[in-house]
Amino acid sequence: MKRAYMDHAAATPVRSEVLEAMLPFLTGRFGNPSAVYDLGSEIKAVMEEQRDKVARLIGARSEEIIFTSSGAEANNLAIKGMSLANFQKRGRHLIVSAIEHHSVLNSARFLEKWFDFEVTFLPVDHYGRVDPGRLKQALTPATVMVSIGHGSNEIGTVQEIPELVAVCRDAGVAFHTDAVATVGQVPVDVKELGVDLLTISGPALGAPKGIGALYFRNKLRLVPQLNGGIQENGRRGGTENIPGIVGLGRAAELAFPELGENAVYLAKLRDLLIAGVRERIPHVIYTGHPEKRLPGHASFCFEGIEGEALIFRLSSQGIYGNTGSACASKALKTSPVLGAIGIRPEVAQGSLVFTLNRDNREEEVHYVLSHLPPAVENLRSFSPVWRQKMAEVAGAPK
Amino acid sequence: MRFLTDCKADATADLVYRACPMHLLEPMELIKDLEPGQVLEILTDYDGALEDIPAWCAKHGQEFMGISEDACDDCYKLYIKKISEARS
Repeated sequence: MKRAYMDHAAATPVRSEVLEAMLPFLTGRFGNPSAVYDLGSEIKAVMEEQRDKVARLIGARSEEIIFTSSGAEANNLAIKGMSLANFQKRGRHLIVSAIEHHSVLNSARFLEKWFDFEVTFLPVDHYGRVDPGRLKQALTPATVMVSIGHGSNEIGTVQEIPELVAVCRDAGVAFHTDAVATVGQVPVDVKELGVDLLTISGPALGAPKGIGALYFRNKLRLVPQLNGGIQENGRRGGTENIPGIVGLGRAAELAFPELGENAVYLAKLRDLLIAGVRERIPHVIYTGHPEKRLPGHASFCFEGIEGEALIFRLSSQGIYGNTGSACASKALKTSPVLGAIGIRPEVAQGSLVFTLNRDNREEEVHYVLSHLPPAVENLRSFSPVWRQKMAEVAGAPK
Repeated sequence: MRFLTDCKADATADLVYRACPMHLLEPMELIKDLEPGQVLEILTDYDGALEDIPAWCAKHGQEFMGISEDACDDCYKLYIKKISEARS
């Protein structure tokens, strides 16, 4: 059976060059970087080289990078660590957008529940963009920080972060962006964005699961969220995941010169996929911004069907996509992101998201385009929601 | 403990919220870059630093100048003058 794996936002294979770089650190080079003898100090030096590589990818300084276990942990550290370090000076008000990843939304809710913070969940427009004017209105003298994601893995929209940062800078409020969807996909420079904190995920770059990083502008204070020893300069306890860190460093090193070319390649495949779906399937809503979107991201809502049923149907033919974020889709819940951009719940049920990477080929897109339309048509043929819709369209009595 | 007013420093180590013993490790590194006579300011929220830093200075031949009287909402400000190159 042919296969077209297009769910790279959920999981992606480790790049062979990355695995090769990691292997010695799973076997012979096993030292603890905190140890003072040579087996440790040489690992410490390797770790700092990887920090340099990750910093270089995003235009940061190496001392501004904290390695974490995931993008989710980096989001937790950014939001809880920054808010708890600064609320005594600023106040207990936090702003996040309504379409953030659960690790952002639930970090904000944690502060709301346990530390009496007030959280503003900022609405977005029908493309999923935050309006700088609305952000400005939401800021108060008690706002300790703002967190708005760079790119959405559910609808593909990329925010105009510098415009949003400018609003916060005028008010002296720190700005965090979850850049899991963008770092490694498009050029990201923390100075150009102007952000104070930025989240990176290893798997998004072709590193293994279990590694991520947080950029924090030099001299910012963070309350550690993983209490322990002096690892990460006393900001994150726990013996460092050296193989993962080496993997992330190598992945960052590989990504840096490839970014422009990859983005062009992925956008070409994406546009072919989107155009093909719109041409072949009626009553489909294309979600997210048409231009300001991730290069490898195509997202749709097919009216009259359940996304989960479509996913199962496609996977039986070797086609792998998702119905939104991996965790939300497993819970069979309607995506809050789609709700936030004004998609009606019955339409949001028919969500399908394809996330491509550099390993995808044009023939896979054609394979998807040959199997997706009949799958949608078949599911619609026994959907009461679809029959009702068709009856309405035809003007027949219900 | 000696209390200081109007303290001026040549370098600052901000260790607020950072795990023990960073309040010793980072000043040990930073003081290497100072000239004898220059002053290092240490910001920390760790109560144990009030004992550890004077003790470290005594052991390593540096001068513990004291703690700032200036209001600091969430941390202590301690000052070390570099005396010795060799023993830091």
